[in-house]
Amino acid sequence: MSPWATARGIQDEELQKFCSRVVKLLQKEELGPDAVDALQRLFLIVSATKYKRKLEKTCVDLLQTTLCAPKCPEQLQLLCTAILRERSPSDDLNLSCDHVQNSRQLSLVASVLLAQGDKKEEVRSVGQRAFRVLESRQPEGPSLRHLLPVVSKVTHLAPHTLHEDQTNLLSKRLVDWLRYASVQQGVPHTSGGFFSAPRARQPGPVTEVDGAVATDFFTVLSTGQHFTEDQWLNVQAFSMLRAWLLHSSPRGPSSPDTDDKSELEGSTLSVLSATSTASHLLPPQERLREKAFEYCQRLIEQSTRRALRKGDSDLQKACLVEAVLLLDVLCRQDPSFLYRTLSCLKALHARLCGDPARVRALLPIAQFFLNHGEAAAVDSEAILQHLFTRIPCELFHSPMLAFEFVCFCRDSLPVFGRNLDILRRSFPNLFKLLAWNSPALTSEFVALLPSLVDSGTAVEMLHALLDLPCLTAALDLQLRLSPAAAERPLWDVSLRNPSCLEASRDPQFQGLLQHLLRATASGTTERLAPLHQLLQPLASLTRVVQCAEAVPTLLQAFFSAVTQFADGALSNQLALLLLERSDSLYQVPQYEAHVHRVLSSQFLVLCARHPSLVVELAKELLEFVGSVSSVHSRETMLTAVVWAVGEYLSVSWDRRCTVEQINRFFEALEALLFEVTQSRPSATLPKCPPRVITVLMTTLTKLASRSQDLIPRVSLFLSKMRSLAQNPAPSSDRCGEDAGAVCTRAAELLTLLKMPSVAQFVLTPSAEVSEPRYHRDTNTALPLALRTVSRLVEKEAGLLLG
Amino acid sequence: MVAYPAGLSHLPHQGLWLPSSVHPGAMVYAFLIHTLRAPQAQDMGLCRVLYSCVFGAENSPDDPRPHGAERDRLLRKEQILAVARQVESMCRLQQQASGRTPMDLQPQSSDEPVPLHEAPVGAFRLAAGDPFQEVRTVVWLGVLSLGFALVLDPHENLLLAEGTLRLLVRLLLDHLRLLTPSANLLLRADRIEGILARFLPHGQLLFLNDQFVQGLEKEFSAAWPR
Repeated sequence: MSPWATARGIQDEELQKFCSRVVKLLQKEELGPDAVDALQRLFLIVSATKYKRKLEKTCVDLLQTTLCAPKCPEQLQLLCTAILRERSPSDDLNLSCDHVQNSRQLSLVASVLLAQGDKKEEVRSVGQRAFRVLESRQPEGPSLRHLLPVVSKVTHLAPHTLHEDQTNLLSKRLVDWLRYASVQQGVPHTSGGFFSAPRARQPGPVTEVDGAVATDFFTVLSTGQHFTEDQWLNVQAFSMLRAWLLHSSPRGPSSPDTDDKSELEGSTLSVLSATSTASHLLPPQERLREKAFEYCQRLIEQSTRRALRKGDSDLQKACLVEAVLLLDVLCRQDPSFLYRTLSCLKALHARLCGDPARVRALLPIAQFFLNHGEAAAVDSEAILQHLFTRIPCELFHSPMLAFEFVCFCRDSLPVFGRNLDILRRSFPNLFKLLAWNSPALTSEFVALLPSLVDSGTAVEMLHALLDLPCLTAALDLQLRLSPAAAERPLWDVSLRNPSCLEASRDPQFQGLLQHLLRATASGTTERLAPLHQLLQPLASLTRVVQCAEAVPTLLQAFFSAVTQFADGALSNQLALLLLERSDSLYQVPQYEAHVHRVLSSQFLVLCARHPSLVVELAKELLEFVGSVSSVHSRETMLTAVVWAVGEYLSVSWDRRCTVEQINRFFEALEALLFEVTQSRPSATLPKCPPRVITVLMTTLTKLASRSQDLIPRVSLFLSKMRSLAQNPAPSSDRCGEDAGAVCTRAAELLTLLKMPSVAQFVLTPSAEVSEPRYHRDTNTALPLALRTVSRLVEKEAGLLLG
Repeated sequence: MVAYPAGLSHLPHQGLWLPSSVHPGAMVYAFLIHTLRAPQAQDMGLCRVLYSCVFGAENSPDDPRPHGAERDRLLRKEQILAVARQVESMCRLQQQASGRTPMDLQPQSSDEPVPLHEAPVGAFRLAAGDPFQEVRTVVWLGVLSLGFALVLDPHENLLLAEGTLRLLVRLLLDHLRLLTPSANLLLRADRIEGILARFLPHGQLLFLNDQFVQGLEKEFSAAWPR
């Protein structure tokens, strides 16, 4: 049995025995390997189940004592910590940090206490203790670096628990660590043994990542063989700097959009830069900001160096991102940094544009210009243009970049302002990220779509959404065709040499491919059917199928956004597009059926919002109904359209509705019903679904009730239908249930038609019927009418039977 | 005996409507290691969290009922499991989309390092209230049958998080020899804790250059000889 299963399966009795053993082991003077082994097992037992394990009180107490024992080896301390943390939150914990002096130990105790969920204000007590230790030591103290992450965590969990003097103290210390860490390398730690005489050789100066001697103060991008304690603290300090600035700032972290911002920023450009000569006189917060600014500038300078090690090169990229994020915070908190930052970031942007490896830093730069562009009277348009037109189409295949890019769009929506248009016009490029990474990005786009779509782009965007799986295939093709094939292919390697590779070079496809792969909205639409054909060999790629699965969700999001603002004209356009595209989709397994389901329900939503649509598009709807060659492939669409005709083709919805129109629809639908019911089912042509038949019958009846000359015709038809359903042809395999449904509906409709005025009331209720009054007031309204009608109908049915 | 709710949705969520900007901090909320089942063996066994560490819990809901603490713990465990399940499916979807199998990553001999730069990697966002009170971002990396994930605050430096995750995975693979058949991750929690305490203390992402990494790794190796 695996240790996992053993740990989960252990019974209470056994566990008690095991606890007693742990207790005995922990009570020994010398804690040996068997104690380690036992605690490893205990950790597994506690962590392997989501339910709480009952541990003896003595055992829990001993774990706490061991954790706090000064001489306990790290391995055991960590195990005790892990076990106690795994049990949290827990009522039987009496661990306290009040007397812990050692910062490493405080860190361990804190990790248990901070996991408790702050029911007993654990966060505050840990924070207070951490500051007590911080205050009591010199900044050069040997192990303060264990303390800073605790402080950072406490600040994050409960910023309000820190007093002002504590905030000031830490800010002062951070300044020292950030700006004045030693520029000499550290001395290697010797074991202090008898033979290891201290080396006479002086450690050299710290170096830059390219090996050159450091030219300025120490940063996380300075390197050497060994590090001094203050250099370690420099790393810690920089790592927590952004969070600390946000939390310790008196203006609070979350006020970039408040009104006072513009005032502040507007008035301070004239102040220009505060000279740093007097910076030691500044209050601690401001001084920290000043030093943070210098640090960022140094990092930006250091990131131009050619790193000798891969790890350092990666760190340079992360540092660039952090530096820009920090500058953003600094300028938000103190706009006097703005002037100096702008020139620096403009230069950085120009540099990064030609450096594909560091493209990720372009996002925070764009964010910066969005946040501050207006205040600084700088046009961020060019920066955004470059970002949106270039990056997604070049790097859509990087899942991390894609995610970060879309998050950037989503999070920056409130600050896009007049640049929102750039975002909107870039949707074809953004869709590349989505088409390639649909599982991770679908929910992001569902949130983004309402802001992305407007009446100008809605039609083009709907086309693009429907063609999204085709776009995925085109991107795969594009990667295969690109001259710079990476060492590791980015496309789906399970499919080798698809036949379309060569054919795609044909000029007739080039234009269409370029249209599909455009970077910005073109305002035009192309019929992509030939491209669907060309890319058919790629339709079975898993990535294409995944994308196709995401489309229905995206369509829902699209329509729920569009129907909020679509006027009659746009609704008509969209409705036409739905009909047209329902027949022209990229053939991915299951795709058509799933998309039809959404399109048909959205068609009805559009009709419900703009009932005139049916009258205005009468010609096109007639064509659609008449052109349906195969009911089966478009069942849902057809049903929706036929239903909508029955619902909304009426003078009560649109005065322009004429008897001729009703008659024309009647004839077309009658012909259709005749066709689908008379055709013999065969192996190639499955039977017509009863839903289509019943909806057709109902719509015909509705139309007849509005143009009563048609009543005899429809009655005749219905009785034929009824007898046909009652006595199915022997060859047909129509099952009894289906036939029953058709028969029942035909009988109901026939009965209704016997009383034309009742039929009209029931089948064409006035719009008022949906008002609540009709459903509440039993005397005036619908319930009364319905009761009358049903009584009449029952009587009629009784007569028929009799 | 307490009747435990069957699904996560029944568990108490506090502050569901809190805007995510209340704590615009930038730290790691949790780290987890879990199993990745082979794509064709989806119905074999469950996705299991092999190790998880939550750095400073979200505030417990005020739950005056008895066993409140137990329910909180259950909620946290379910939250972590929910993350693991999502990572598993994201990883599987990405792997399938690339047309590769997890075994493509397997080094030819056990001496060779796993080509981590080729391992599937990704990120996704968790909406507020599902499963955590606040919005979180998950960065994940899949190596053969193991998934590794960092649960982050939304404004974290993603590039640094990704680098840190790669570093952690490399260290864990090396120092726990996770991929050798006899290695037992489950019984070596102290090593994982030792690595996290140095490279991700209290969920603080660190800007460590190569020499700092080497220094910390040496310090770790001295305390835990391989």
